[in-house]
Amino acid sequence: MRDALGIPQSILVLGGTSDLALATVAELSGPREPKVVLAVRDEVRGAEAAGAIGAHAVTVPFDAAAVETHPRFVEELFAAHGDFDVVLVAFGLLDADDPLEVVDVNYRGAVSVLVALAERLKRQGHGAIVVFSSVAAERPRRANYLYGSTKAGLDAFAQGLHDDLAGTGVHVLTVRPGFVHTKMTEGRDPAPFSTTPDVVARAVADGLRRGAHTVWAPRGLRVLMTVLRHLPRPLFRRLPG
Amino acid sequence: VTLLTGWGRTAATAAELCEAGDVAAQLRAAGPRGALARGLGRAYGDAAQNAGGRVLDMTGLSGVLDLDPVAGRVTVAAGTSYDALIDAVLPHGWFPAVTPGTAQVTIGGAIAADVHGKNHHRDGSLSRWVESLVLVTPDGERRRATPGDDAFRATAGGMGLTGVITEATLRLARVESAWCAVDTERCADLDDVMARMATGDDAYAYSVAWIDCLARGGRLGRSVLLRGDHAPATLPDPLARVRRPRVPAPPWAPNGLLNRFSIAAFNEAYYRRAPRAERGRLEPLDAYFYPLDAVAGWNRMYGRAGFLQYQLLVPFGAEATLRACLERLSEAGVPSFLAVLKRFGAGAGLLSFPAPGWTLALDIPAGVDGLARLLDALDAQIAEAGGRVYLAKDSRLRADLLGAMYPELDAWRGMQAALDPSGVMQSDLARRTGLLA
Repeated sequence: MRDALGIPQSILVLGGTSDLALATVAELSGPREPKVVLAVRDEVRGAEAAGAIGAHAVTVPFDAAAVETHPRFVEELFAAHGDFDVVLVAFGLLDADDPLEVVDVNYRGAVSVLVALAERLKRQGHGAIVVFSSVAAERPRRANYLYGSTKAGLDAFAQGLHDDLAGTGVHVLTVRPGFVHTKMTEGRDPAPFSTTPDVVARAVADGLRRGAHTVWAPRGLRVLMTVLRHLPRPLFRRLPG
Repeated sequence: VTLLTGWGRTAATAAELCEAGDVAAQLRAAGPRGALARGLGRAYGDAAQNAGGRVLDMTGLSGVLDLDPVAGRVTVAAGTSYDALIDAVLPHGWFPAVTPGTAQVTIGGAIAADVHGKNHHRDGSLSRWVESLVLVTPDGERRRATPGDDAFRATAGGMGLTGVITEATLRLARVESAWCAVDTERCADLDDVMARMATGDDAYAYSVAWIDCLARGGRLGRSVLLRGDHAPATLPDPLARVRRPRVPAPPWAPNGLLNRFSIAAFNEAYYRRAPRAERGRLEPLDAYFYPLDAVAGWNRMYGRAGFLQYQLLVPFGAEATLRACLERLSEAGVPSFLAVLKRFGAGAGLLSFPAPGWTLALDIPAGVDGLARLLDALDAQIAEAGGRVYLAKDSRLRADLLGAMYPELDAWRGMQAALDPSGVMQSDLARRTGLLA
């Protein structure tokens, strides 16, 4: 159960090597050591991440693209570990040789596992699902429109899921980070308003406390993107990044 | 499903809320997430919540079943409130022997939390005054339990996890009037108030001090000590209950309305307004025992984020720990309305909160920065000193300290498991703190 101050006793991370998710785990844990289950594709990196958290973290194998395995994955995971108070949906590909692979992981895989998770959390009557979207969902740029399109789909799904689950005790929070300095973006030119995983983690913790449906990180991006969304296309195309 | 919270309005969870009706049938029909009784929802934290399971609304099972006005004994259905109980017994010259700080509590809930009142130093907690209770266990059996039985010992203070209390027989206290005679003293600091309580409490039935937790340094622990007794029948119609008009709290309050500054100003004014020393002021029972009941829904004043109540106990001899806790709270500037300080007498049940020592209770807005770390540190200090926090108020205790705070936990677990071998009784409190583990 999450306590009165929002501290969870158990956290499930799908995409358990994500820098954003790991920073969020640390932020949500505060002074405590909740049980952390990292669901990962790469078990070597997963074990490293779990080791960095401590003895209260374990890993389980998870393949976001293998949607047919998701319902069973969720059932077995909850059967083994009991309730999860917070679930972070943080896996995603920025790019791949086959564009459809990005779609399969970021959108199809996320929707598939979210459906199973929502059903399970509804039965336990409490819990929060944090969906890592992106500013790119709001208006994809030339450099990342494939990624942006998958996040746009996921973002819309998460927004709807939030409303669908109202009154069930399950809270869905969509997070729209800007450019974050992480493993995923290493070597890429930072976009304006670039930020760090810690800033994103604090935004998530704050959004969970407030019961928000969406948070931006950094916060100023919300206004910036409102402006950018209305920028004429020829101008938008010429923006740096 | 229905979203439920405790009085502090934090950590809402969803449950299937149904009228208690046929309790045995309701328990039999509970699903894998179990069942739990809920009264008037005054537990501050998650004691009366059961996420994903069934919650039995007990308030429909109310009323006085039997009253012996000569012996001062009453049998009530468990959903009866203190408020209704007082209406029934006061005209006959009786009053509940132990009452908590609000009359909006059911008798069943009060027994499950083994509540205490301002007279604990003299009269102990509620369970001492319960002659018998009826407990419906998940196997459908209706058992009558009396003090000394395992079922009674595990149920009084058992946080509703042994079954559902459906009725109780209580011994009452004789009163001559519906008034209390109250002595007031202003105390300059913590040593002052503790010394006065230690030497003078025994002369009074009721004793409690309001402490300004925001006062620091030399004024740490400055407080107003209020002690009293039931007043003799001096006024005409002495047993007529004097109710004040109930005003509603504003339906919404801006977050942060109650902050360090507004609360400090209130505390200052309260201290200044209190008479330095006053004897024998007559106060109606309701004003004396239930001051906050005059404001309906006062818990909403804390805004959306809600609040928590932190109630700690340190045993006699660990006064230094109490002082250290108060110092840390005041240094952190934790905005709390007047906290309550009280001396406890002898303890009771296995999971009962009171034990010989000092208790301090304070309300804190849930949104205060750094609160989790601060209270975790206090918990550790308190456990180390042989103290504990009150489960009926709790909403954030770390599970690994439960055993240290409640040394008879394992004995309780054994009795609980005997009453509920299939694990039907469940609550969010139990899941969070590992009570049943």
